[in-house]
Amino acid sequence: MSDVNRLPAPFGRLIDRSETVSFDFEGRTISGFKGDTIASALCANDQWMISRSFKYHRPRGVLTMAGQDANTLVQLADEPNCLADKYPAKNGLKVKAQNYFGSFDNDMARVVELVHRFLPVGFYYKTFNEKKQSWSFWEPIVRAMTGLGAIDPKADFHESYYDKQYLFADVAVIGGGPAGLAAAQAAAEAGAEVILIEENVALGGSLGYARFDAEGVRASRQLGDFERVLAGTKGVEIMTGTICSGLFSDNWIPLIKGNRFYKLRAKSIVVATGSIEQPAVFRNNDLPGVIMASAAQRLIRLYGVRPGRKAVILAANDDAYGAALDLIDAGLTVAAIADLRPTVPQTPLVAAVAARGIEILAGHGISEALYSAKTHISGAVLAPVTGEGTLGGGGKSVACDLILMSVGFSPAGQLLHHAGAKFGYCRQSDMFQPVELPAKVHAAGSVNNVYDLGAVIADGKRAGLAAAKDAGLNVASVPAAITEKGNVGRTHPWPIFPHDRGFDFVDFDEDLKYHDLINGIADGYDNVELLKRYSTVGMGPSQGRHSAVTSVRIVSRETGVDIAGMSVTTQRPPYTPEKFGHLAGRVFDPGRRTAMHHRHLELGAQMMPAGVWWRPAYYGGKADRTNAIETEVKAVRENVGLIDVSTLGGLDVRGPDAAEFLNRMYTFSYTKQPIGRSRYVLMTDNAGVITDDGVACRFHDEHFYVTATTSGVDAVYRQMLFWNAQWRLDVDVANVTAALCGVNIAGPKSRQVLQKVCTDIDLSPEGFPYMGVKMGTVAGIPARLMRVGFVGELGYEIHVPAGFGEALWDELMEAGKPEGIRPFGVEAQRVLRLEKGHIIVSQDTDGLTNVWEADMPWALAKTKPFFVGGRSTEIMGKMKLARKLVGFTLKDSGDPCPEECHLVLKGEEIVGRITSAVKSPSVGKVVGLAYVHGDDSAPGTEFTIKVQGGRRITGVVTKYPFYDPENKRQEM
Amino acid sequence: MIPAFVPLKILRYGFRKKYPAERFIPKQQDLKKSYDVVIIGGGGHALACAYYLAKTHGITNVCILERGYLAGGNTARNTAIIRSNYLTPEGVRFYEQSLNLYRDFSQELDFNILYSERGHFTLAHTDAAVRTSRWRAEVNKQLGVDSELIYPDEIARLCPHLNMSDHVRYPIMGALYHPPGSIARHDAVAWAYARGAAKLGVEIHQQTPVTGLIVENGTIKGVQTSRGTVYANRVMQAVAGNTSVVAKMAGFRLPIKTIPLQACVSVPLKPFLDQIIVSGSLHVYVSQSSRGELVMGGSTDPYGLYGTRSTLDFKEGLLGHMLELLPMLGEVKVMRQWAGMTDMTPDFSPVMGLTPVKNYYIDSGWGTWGFKATPVCGMTMAHTIANDSPHDLIKPFYLDRFVDYQQVGEKGAASVGH
Repeated sequence: MSDVNRLPAPFGRLIDRSETVSFDFEGRTISGFKGDTIASALCANDQWMISRSFKYHRPRGVLTMAGQDANTLVQLADEPNCLADKYPAKNGLKVKAQNYFGSFDNDMARVVELVHRFLPVGFYYKTFNEKKQSWSFWEPIVRAMTGLGAIDPKADFHESYYDKQYLFADVAVIGGGPAGLAAAQAAAEAGAEVILIEENVALGGSLGYARFDAEGVRASRQLGDFERVLAGTKGVEIMTGTICSGLFSDNWIPLIKGNRFYKLRAKSIVVATGSIEQPAVFRNNDLPGVIMASAAQRLIRLYGVRPGRKAVILAANDDAYGAALDLIDAGLTVAAIADLRPTVPQTPLVAAVAARGIEILAGHGISEALYSAKTHISGAVLAPVTGEGTLGGGGKSVACDLILMSVGFSPAGQLLHHAGAKFGYCRQSDMFQPVELPAKVHAAGSVNNVYDLGAVIADGKRAGLAAAKDAGLNVASVPAAITEKGNVGRTHPWPIFPHDRGFDFVDFDEDLKYHDLINGIADGYDNVELLKRYSTVGMGPSQGRHSAVTSVRIVSRETGVDIAGMSVTTQRPPYTPEKFGHLAGRVFDPGRRTAMHHRHLELGAQMMPAGVWWRPAYYGGKADRTNAIETEVKAVRENVGLIDVSTLGGLDVRGPDAAEFLNRMYTFSYTKQPIGRSRYVLMTDNAGVITDDGVACRFHDEHFYVTATTSGVDAVYRQMLFWNAQWRLDVDVANVTAALCGVNIAGPKSRQVLQKVCTDIDLSPEGFPYMGVKMGTVAGIPARLMRVGFVGELGYEIHVPAGFGEALWDELMEAGKPEGIRPFGVEAQRVLRLEKGHIIVSQDTDGLTNVWEADMPWALAKTKPFFVGGRSTEIMGKMKLARKLVGFTLKDSGDPCPEECHLVLKGEEIVGRITSAVKSPSVGKVVGLAYVHGDDSAPGTEFTIKVQGGRRITGVVTKYPFYDPENKRQEM
Repeated sequence: MIPAFVPLKILRYGFRKKYPAERFIPKQQDLKKSYDVVIIGGGGHALACAYYLAKTHGITNVCILERGYLAGGNTARNTAIIRSNYLTPEGVRFYEQSLNLYRDFSQELDFNILYSERGHFTLAHTDAAVRTSRWRAEVNKQLGVDSELIYPDEIARLCPHLNMSDHVRYPIMGALYHPPGSIARHDAVAWAYARGAAKLGVEIHQQTPVTGLIVENGTIKGVQTSRGTVYANRVMQAVAGNTSVVAKMAGFRLPIKTIPLQACVSVPLKPFLDQIIVSGSLHVYVSQSSRGELVMGGSTDPYGLYGTRSTLDFKEGLLGHMLELLPMLGEVKVMRQWAGMTDMTPDFSPVMGLTPVKNYYIDSGWGTWGFKATPVCGMTMAHTIANDSPHDLIKPFYLDRFVDYQQVGEKGAASVGH
């Protein structure tokens, strides 16, 4: 076996030795067991270097074994920046290290370290700007060096499956360590429905890897107790391997497990996320072989991996001695323990270590880690502590391949930060702690600055009961806050020992050394937020988990500002990086199809998006576009055409005040509108800007059917509800856009066709005149019929319940066969309406167009007291018009048809633009609509259009309609 | 002649034993009793204004009052995109001047702001968006701004990573391509102006909230602060996110709604995305920073709020659309999200210049487009304060335009596409 560092059972509670896995790391075959992470398997195989650092490309290995650091980010075939100490080892994985040039073992970018003196903090702000060309020369080089993992943009787009699920709970407990277990148990016993969320594959937290007693039995006994009790407790749903990545307002909690993104709404929350062990600062504290004491314990107990052979421990608390005992039990040699404390308290753990003959150097620190092979440490220099952050000279070198750091903790308070908790500095424990929690959020355990195991469990119980009470359960009494927290002497206030020769790292992610921070402060960036932004401390993938507290300590000392008044920089979501795929899930943004969609496809339609809908643009091949549109136009002008107008907005306005309501919503007057007639509707907003149009059909004294534009109907509906919330008129508004579908049958032969399928309606010009509306049946289908003139021919819009859409289409197509009926699409309709000079709101109007500019004062009622936008319209009516929408043709018929939004110029000044233009098949020349200068709007006035390539052509203002100016055809 | 690419200035760091520290702004002093000009707010706009007041107009008895830390508001929170491809001639001229000042910034201020031309693509997924893109392109070109409407073949060539398939919810039909579109290090812009202003004598006071304004007979006389009263001949407010609150202290109302705008970044990736991609229909914009992070944002939140909380909905919506544009990013991870407060105006243009209170000036309404305007705001507001008369470039942005029906409609160029 190549896993030379594997320890025998019972070490390795998470691995299953009956099943081996093997994968590739940088061309090397790595074998491990089921249950291993990539990182634990690599360590087992003596592969300590896992990545190259961000700036200096220094070798880096595991630091926390808890998914908390950037050192173990690796590249998978389809995933960059993958946490190797979390990701399970699987057969066939292709794992590569990140951020190296050339080979991993001999990274060419290591040369950056040689010139580190020339790259002080924020160096890029201070140079490369000597001349303008400097940065254009250097930027590509700097840019090429940046980043960590890579994506392969050339790779086939693979779309992984991700989905989402909602969850609900009375109490959500986040963290399955002793505090979380106690909280879950207490809340459940109080009757709450509890969801317990644990990011690791097994419950237990520190009970799974830490040592609380000399004998090393308390943790597993305690965990066993919890497991037994929980198994018999109703109401706890346990989700292991599940990451809670944030806490949002109103206890809205994202959870990630596998390919599923859960969104949990909990009545109350217990955050029991524990603490994050903090590193010490000394020279070469970043190299492989220097790890957290808890990381060594995790390797040993969880994965059965020996973290080295000979260790030196940098200690400042009792936990270091528990770790020392673990190392000894695992067969390692502990060469020495350098304890920063001047005197080491004689606790049972210390006594047990002393009893094993381990050298304990009180009042000593590590001044540097030594290395020989450049990819792993080979020793440590121990020296006496002479003051805060200073070590005496003449340190003693001790050979070792492992240095454990056990100097303190910091609360894993990210989730509490997200929820809006305030943290303050606790002088007794030299740690930050939550001092103000939001309602219905509780903290328990070491995130709450409680460390003694018994106290942690009591704190968990307290929080669990408090949360159950918050969730509305009957809880007799909630215990008072824990006073004996066991947090004193856990964390050293200044485990920071800068070295003359540097490489004493404060931030491993960003390769920031002690003096980078000192120099940043000296440059004037002397508060933690400014220093973070200037030096980038805490901005890397681990988001300051190991650097934030150190930088606060440094800023406090350098500036003389009391640390008690300071806070770490704001912690923002997510707690753990979330995959885009998780967040996206299965996007539900359906495109809408009309009831006749399949008929269009059968007829060879090219579909186009129209608002949320798909509509036929034209019928025929893409290559045949122009011809197809012209043929469709011709069919309508000379014969009969059929267009699907289902996407048009439809609103049923009913009630005694229906007419008054429309009077206020639209510019026209509706109170005297006869039943059986339609009227144009034009909507403006408060600023007098045109926002929509359509027609209002009066079917009854108290019933109007109002149409709106395809893309505007939802906003129109909202506006109607918005205004009537204030007016309180007796009307009911229903958006029936999707309930009804419709067609427009148009052309000189439309009556002839319709007569064949319409038996109960008098279709004669007298019985059903232009602008008339009727209800009846078409081919037996109940229908609303309107005589409209949008395309400028005799025509009927027929609106029927959506379920009958296909039948209506088929009946009309069949009935029209002898007349040669032809379906036509949106493109032909655009031509037809433009020939008639009908505007399309939002194409021929923009965000500022008013009624006067659009030349539509005819749509204003003269004698009504109010409509939305009326006052603005009145005021603007008295102002000089800066621009006006006019019809135009081209002076020189040889000029090309301008495109929509080509500019109208007066001299070189922009005064307007073309909004619609087409080479009209019916009129035989270019016709269009354009905004021209207010002074140039009289028919016959010439104006300049700037077309493709900057060419200027001349337009001539022309009265419209361009086609059938007397409107005889539509009124047939 | 030394070639331009030799980074001379860096040598002094390597060859000196002791780091030659230079405070970019002096340690905080006591407040004086009075100043010629007091500027409320210590963000990019305020600092730029102070710099140009001192440099161009010789007014150096200037005091900046910042409630928190320097440039910690929207200057710190924006996504650092610079462009001038606006829709109205007024907007285009204004932002083009800003872009020109940015181009020379690193040399003029002797501070490398990592200004980087990346090319800016506003994707169009509908006929209407194609039309608006053409409109903007035509206006831009007429005013000398490099801008072009391009179609799918060209988009695919210039942005090879985009999903150009027809089989998505919103196929890409065209794009407004603006080659000068750039990104820069946003904090550095503010720091550079702070250093430049401080060198000329401007005082910068952090952690000094303004608690009230002293207005007598319609004229500003001074401000009350957490550290006492300060008198001033002229006062400007440049406090994005709190504009209405401060204006209320001065006694006038603004047509501004304050709405959060959120953004997020990915874990650093090796550079692969050189362009700035914006999609109005999909409510997405993305670029890759000099640190390798994908910097992403969308439209403003659906409701107003004076607060900068993050939401989950924002990320879900944004990343859903992001994967439609760049489907190969499914396994890439979001590292951090945050929010800023945007002061939205009805016409998506700023409100700048004189106010109803004499000698009190306003730089506001910066919605989602404030960072790119930082230099030109500083320049024009300094002119406005020095002369008690608005600079020509900002005359269209006067407050009473909403009463006069003289709006400068930039919605088509501003929403999402910051």
